[in-house]
Amino acid sequence: MASPVEQFKLKPLLPLEVGGLDLSYTTSALWMTITVIGVTAFLTLSMRGGRLVPGRWQSMAEMAYEFVANMVRENIGNEGRQYFPFVFTLFLFILFGNLMGMIPYAYTFTSQIIVTFAMAFAIFVGVTILGLVRHGFHFFTLFFPSGTPIALAPVLIPIEVISYFVRPVSLSVRLFANMMAGHTMMKVFGGFVIALGIFGVAPMVLIVALTGFEILVAVLQAYVFTMLTCMYLNDAIHLH
Amino acid sequence: MELDAAKMIGAGLAVIALAGVGVGIGNIFSSLVSSIARNPAARGEVFGIGILGFALTEAIALFALLISFLILFT
Repeated sequence: MASPVEQFKLKPLLPLEVGGLDLSYTTSALWMTITVIGVTAFLTLSMRGGRLVPGRWQSMAEMAYEFVANMVRENIGNEGRQYFPFVFTLFLFILFGNLMGMIPYAYTFTSQIIVTFAMAFAIFVGVTILGLVRHGFHFFTLFFPSGTPIALAPVLIPIEVISYFVRPVSLSVRLFANMMAGHTMMKVFGGFVIALGIFGVAPMVLIVALTGFEILVAVLQAYVFTMLTCMYLNDAIHLH
Repeated sequence: MELDAAKMIGAGLAVIALAGVGVGIGNIFSSLVSSIARNPAARGEVFGIGILGFALTEAIALFALLISFLILFT
């Protein structure tokens, strides 16, 4: 039987090598493309009629929009409005990627650490530049909030600096580990169903429940990722 | 051979962190239940925060799992 982690193996579909760099079009890239097409189709097709009283598809698109718009407004406030397109794109990309990974035989690109790390690192760099441009040298008060006793500085500053620089790692590993662990767990229980023969009904029932749980986790992790992005943006704009 | 055995033990030790995560998730949901019991009107708001806390705590469990996988498979 195949090992539970074999599902994460990348298969090059269009092998391509440029100057020693492997730039093949892989299954991961294929599913990213499908996700982008899916999101675009979802938003454009559902809003094509643009009726005042929304139908089923249109209200789904409007609910997604409202959900992210509220999240941005509550976390960042009025200045956050210009970052809404970015946050909305990020949310839909991760959400569709996670949910499409739940289709049997599909590939979950968010279970690749490099994909999530690239997103988290881009956010980290962008937020840092944004903070520096907006506040200049004043940005560094982020590491030492005003009103703190000066005696605490030697303890507080290293902690704040470390927790700031660990952000891209924790943000990316959270999404990646959730996806990878969930899919591995499903595969392991799937193995039990085959191995136990007639008694495989018991893990079969469990796996139905697990699938529901995994769909919840897929939505939740997309929410958590965008929520933390909003919080980081808020930190850079308002400095605590 | 001994390296393999040590790897197995190390992977087992790495997931001891789950004890703390279990306490944490239990704590989150116990306070969630008691706060909803005290003020059922706040359910919608509190539930979202509770789920966020759950997701953040669960991530710690997965960090431990990740370390144990790294020990086992590399």
